[in-house]
Amino acid sequence: MATRDRMTACLHVGSVAFALSMGVLCAPASAQSRYGIGHAATPAQVAAWNLDVSPDGGNLPAGQGSVSHGREVFANQCAACHGARGEGGSLGDKLAGGQGTLATPTPVRTVGSYWPYATTLFDYVRRAMPLNAPQSLSNEDVYAVSGYVLHLNGLLAEDAVVSAKTLTELKMPNRDGFVSDPRPDVRNTGCLRDCIK
Amino acid sequence: MSRETNESPVAESPNPRRRFLRSTTALIGAAAGSAPALAQTAVPQAESALPVPESMKAPGAPVGGKLYGEPSPFERKAIRNVNPNLPQYISASSRTPLGELDGIITPSGLFYERHHGGVPAIDPALHRLMLHGLVKTPLVFTVDELRRFPSESRIHFLECSGNPSYKKPYGKTASDLMGLVSCAEWTGVALKTLLDEASLLPSAKWVVAEGADAAGMTRSIPIEKCLEDALVVYSQNGERLRPEQGYPIRLLLPGYEGNMSVKWLRRLHVLDAPVHSREETSKYTDLMPDGRARQFTFYMEAKSIITSPSGGQRIPSPGFVEIRGLAWSGHGKIARVDVSVDGGRNWASSSLQEPVLSRALTRFRHAWRWDGQPAVIQSRAVDETGYVQPVFSQLLGERGDNSLYHNNSVQPWRIAADGEVTNGNA
Repeated sequence: MATRDRMTACLHVGSVAFALSMGVLCAPASAQSRYGIGHAATPAQVAAWNLDVSPDGGNLPAGQGSVSHGREVFANQCAACHGARGEGGSLGDKLAGGQGTLATPTPVRTVGSYWPYATTLFDYVRRAMPLNAPQSLSNEDVYAVSGYVLHLNGLLAEDAVVSAKTLTELKMPNRDGFVSDPRPDVRNTGCLRDCIK
Repeated sequence: MSRETNESPVAESPNPRRRFLRSTTALIGAAAGSAPALAQTAVPQAESALPVPESMKAPGAPVGGKLYGEPSPFERKAIRNVNPNLPQYISASSRTPLGELDGIITPSGLFYERHHGGVPAIDPALHRLMLHGLVKTPLVFTVDELRRFPSESRIHFLECSGNPSYKKPYGKTASDLMGLVSCAEWTGVALKTLLDEASLLPSAKWVVAEGADAAGMTRSIPIEKCLEDALVVYSQNGERLRPEQGYPIRLLLPGYEGNMSVKWLRRLHVLDAPVHSREETSKYTDLMPDGRARQFTFYMEAKSIITSPSGGQRIPSPGFVEIRGLAWSGHGKIARVDVSVDGGRNWASSSLQEPVLSRALTRFRHAWRWDGQPAVIQSRAVDETGYVQPVFSQLLGERGDNSLYHNNSVQPWRIAADGEVTNGNA
C-alpha cells in the first residue's frame, strides 16, 4: 500500500533527536505531515461524493426544473407516502400548510411553516428521497419536485422554474424562527428536606 | 451527606446481617425519627428438599459448541424493545431493556438503535472515509488505514435526544421511557488526529459528517467539539462495531445528542458555517411555546432513572429493597444522585458505584426498607457542573410540550401496596 510522499520526505531529515523534539513523527519535512496515512482525495473524487448544499447555494448543481414537471415527479415518487398535495400520510410527513401554527398548542411543522432554508429541501430530497430509492432522481427532477413542494406551500407560482438561484434567494417564512441553545434554562435548587410545601 | 460517608453504613461491616441491620436502622431512624424495633421474623424455610443439581451429574456442553456465545435461554426478557405498531421500520428506533440490565456497559446486541434509512450492509474493504473542504490536503482513508492511527478507548454513553417524549401516552417501563440511552467502550482514532493529518485551514469552523446509509444522515458539528473529544470509532466493547452501530466506522461525539454521532461515517466536510441539513432544521430542533425553535441543542443534560424497581416490575414483599439506577450527564461526571422514597418530599444521597466516568453511565444504589405501603420513588442526578436534574413540571413550564427533544426530567415510579411498580407520571 503506497503511503504519501511526505512520509518518505521525513525519512531524509536525518536527526532522530530533532524529529522527536517536534513531538510528531516527521514534522520538519512538511508542516502538515503527521503520520502519512491515507491518500490524497482528488477534486473529481470530492465532487463525485459531495452532496452538501449550504444555505448560500454552495454546491447546488447546474440545471433547473419546473413546478409543472415537479407535479408529475411528486405524483410518481412522493404522493404515495406524503399525499397527493403533501398533506401527509401514515408513512410520510406533512409537507405543506401549517403557517401560523407554530406558537399554538398544535403546531404543524412543514416545509412552508418550519424549514428555514429552501436549499435544505434540495439537499434532503437529493440525498434521501424517495425512501425506497434515494439518489435515484436526476438533478432536474430534484429542482422540479422541490419547486412543486414550495408551490404547495404558496411560496412559488405554478409556472415557476426552479434553479440554484431560485432556492438560494427564496426567503422562507420561518427563516428567522430559530434561536441558539439557551440551556440550562431551568434551575432545580436540589431541595433535600420538606420539599413539598 | 458526603459521598464518602454515604457509603459507610452499608459497606463497612464484613458481616452481611449486621450491615443490613445497621443500614435499615439508620434509614428508618432518619425517616421516622425514632429507632424502630426490628422484629426478627423467622427465616422462611426453603423448599423441603434441595437435591444435588443434575448439572453436576453429567458433563456439560462441549467447548466450542458456540463459536460466538449468546445469553442463557432462560434470559428471554433481555431483548431490545421495539414498538410493534409503527407504520414503517426504516426510520425508527429500538430501545435498550434498562430494567433487565445491571452495570454501566450495555451489551452490544442490546444497544439502542435509531436509524433514519435502515441498517446498511457495508463491506469494510469497499468503505472509504473522505475528509475534505477547508483543509490543506483532502484525504481518503480505508478502514485499515484508519486503524493504523494511534488508537484510543473510552467509555461513553450515547442517548437519543427524544428520550422520552413530553406528550402522553407516557411509557410504562424504564425501557419505554428512557431506553434510548446506552453506554459502551468505544475504540477508534481521535477525530483531531485526522483533522491534523489533513491540516485545517484557519477558516475551518464546522465539520459536516455524513453517513453511508440510505438517509445520507448529515449533521454539522462545531470544530471545537471535533478537536476536543470526538472519535472515529471502529470497535465497541472490544469487538468491531455491529452493523446497527455503524459498521465499519462511526463518529462518536461524547455528551452530544445521539443522532450527531453519525453511523457508517463516510465523509467529513470542513466548512466555515453549518450546512443546515434537514436533521438540524426540520428535525432535532426544539420548538418553544412562542413559536420559535432552539437550534443546535447539542448537549444532553444530566439525567437519571431508577431501573430497579421500575415500571412493569413487582417488589416481591415488604422488607429490604436496594434501589438501583443509572445517571449520566453530557457535561461531565455525575457528582451525586439523590433518591426520594416519599414522593419527592425528602431526598437522600445514594451511593455511586465506581467507576464514575465523564459522559458515561454511572450506577447508583440506595438501601431502602419498604414497609408495604404505597409509595413514590424517584432519583435526581447532579453533575460536576452543579446542574441538578429538573422535575417534569419545570421543563413543561419553560418549554411547553411541543419541543420533542431533551426531556431530562426526574422519573417517578409509583409502588402499589401489592408491590406493583407503575409510571408515577401516568
